[in-house]
Parts: sequence; structure tokens; C-alpha cells
Amino acid sequence: MNDFLLIGGMAAITFLIRYAMFAAAGRFQIPALVSRTLRFVPPAVLSAIIVPAVLMPGGKGLELGLGSPQIAGALVALLVGRLWGNILAVVISGMGVFWLWQTPFVRGLLGL
Amino acid sequence: MRTPGILFWRGARDSLPLVLGALPFGLIFGALAVGNGFSVAATAGMSLFVFAGSAQFIALGLVAAGASLPVILFTTLVVNLRHLLYGATLAPRMTGLPEWKKALTAFWLTDESFAVMALRLDDESPDPRLSEAELSEYYFGSATLMYVDWQLCSLAGALFGNFLPGAASWGLDFAMPVAFIGIVAPYLKQLPMATAALVAGAVSILAYALPSKLGLLAAALAGIIAATLVELPSLPKGGTEMGKE
Repeated sequence: MNDFLLIGGMAAITFLIRYAMFAAAGRFQIPALVSRTLRFVPPAVLSAIIVPAVLMPGGKGLELGLGSPQIAGALVALLVGRLWGNILAVVISGMGVFWLWQTPFVRGLLGL
Repeated sequence: MRTPGILFWRGARDSLPLVLGALPFGLIFGALAVGNGFSVAATAGMSLFVFAGSAQFIALGLVAAGASLPVILFTTLVVNLRHLLYGATLAPRMTGLPEWKKALTAFWLTDESFAVMALRLDDESPDPRLSEAELSEYYFGSATLMYVDWQLCSLAGALFGNFLPGAASWGLDFAMPVAFIGIVAPYLKQLPMATAALVAGAVSILAYALPSKLGLLAAALAGIIAATLVELPSLPKGGTEMGKE
């Protein structure tokens, strides 16, 4: 495959999609109902990225249960996020529990 | 009046936790690209000019599977469709910017920078609403950091990836969804927002098997529609009439 065609084509298509709404905005009034609806984009898109990463980390079906480091980390991240709202604290605590959950010590405590 | 430049640094600083999450993806992309027969120059070129992590990863997989160029380009289009939603959210807040700034804003659009911006666009945020110019400065701080991070990491992965055997198994890639949890958490106290998150999350599992991240798009749209339906009864009388403006 020609690298120039591949990279050039991907770059052009990606840019056009990203730019489409910026080119269109300002040329017509966005209806109030649409702009109200757009407020839901961040929680909807981000949740659609988060949930499979937590519940289907292998990408091949649900991995639920007490032993899941992803679920343990995500729950702590959610708690810290709700109580504190500091994203760095969320990442450190969530990743900390995620790694801790994989140590033999914690797995022993959980009886896994 | 704020000191000029301060918002640029604030945008960069607020993006740091998300950059941590993006670090491993850049490294893994670089290592995988070279491992799949791409030259270091082509790997760096793709990160420089395409700058879209998901699309770049999927392109690698398709090239490895022997897919034709039109198939790869069409998949790139589908994988990036969520940027239409991001653009639709950001663009109305940036209509007064010069055209080159709009173009650069679009080129630098990522999940991460959009997530950081979402916190600034939220009316419930304790921060005062920022003007267009301030919002743009803040965004460029976030996007510059993301861009530099992606270039350095994919280059490092391409050059040194084979010295980090098993880096993919450290689980660092889980940092991105964790950082996104931190962004979504404050939204969950409002019923329509929580509905958007829950429905999108449920559909993302049900529709996971769809190709090219179409499941993500279906999930996002389902969440947005569900939240709109939940909110409709609480809108003031004539609220839907505003749609005719």
C-alpha cells in the first residue's frame, strides 16, 4: 500500500469530518432544542467509551465480578469523582486500586 | 481582566490527567505500526497529519489484514463520525473566531480535548462562562499538549517499542477511561445527564460487536435521545416551539 495515499487520504477524511460543523456554524441559527440536546453529547459519548473498557476489558464479552480490577478501579474513580471532582485524584486513585486489585495479596484476601 | 496566556496554560494543566491516559496509546501505536511493517517516517507522518488515535489503530489492523485503500478510508470516515457531534457542540461557541483558528480547532479535535472542554461549556460549572477568545485560548492549551504528547509518544513507540516488551500488559491503557470517569462523574447529579450516561453505557455493551466503532456512535445517539425524552416534560411551555427559530 502506498503510504502517501493512505496517510493523505486518512488525513483529508479525518479533517473534513472534524471541520464540517465549524464550516457550517454561523451560517444558520442552531435551533434551541438542538443546542439543548447537544449538552448531552459529553456524558453520552464518554460513557460509551468508558463502559466497554470497564465491563469488557478483553473485548470478547462481559467480565463481571468481584475479581475484576477494572470494575474495582472504576467504582473508586467514580466515588472520588463525585466527592472531590479533581480529575488527577480520580486517575491516581482509580489506577491505584486497579493495580492493587491485581496483586497476589489482594487476590488472596478476595479468595481468588 | 485575565493575564493573556494564563488560560492557555490552564487548558494544558487541566488536560494533564488525560494526557497520562493517552501516553500508552501513543507508545503502543508507534510500536505496533513499526511491527506491522510501517517505516518510522510513515508512522510519524500518520500521527502528524491524521492525529486520530482510534482511526490510526484501526488502519493498522486493516492494513495488516490486507484491506484495500477505499475500505480503509471508508472505515476512517465511520470511526471519526463522533467528531461531528463534538464539532456540533463546540462550533456554535466559536463562530466569531478567524477561519484559520476554526480550522486548527477542528484539526486538533480529540476525545480528550473535547472532554476537557465539556467541563468549561457546562452551564452548571462554577467557573464563569468564558468568552469565545478565552475559550479558544483554553482549548489551544489543551490541544497543543495533546498533539505534542501524541507525536512524542508515537515516535518513541516506533523507535524504541521493541525495548518495551509487554508494555501493553501493564494496563496503562486503562488510564484513559478512568480519566473520562472523572469528567463524567460531576454530570451524574442531574437526571437527564445521568440518563444519557446510563443509556449510552448500556447500548455500548449491546452494540459492541458492530464494526468500526459504530457501536460507540449508536450508544452515544441512544443516550442523547433518551436524555432529551427525559427532559422534555420539564421544559417550559412552548419549549419545543423554540425549535422553529
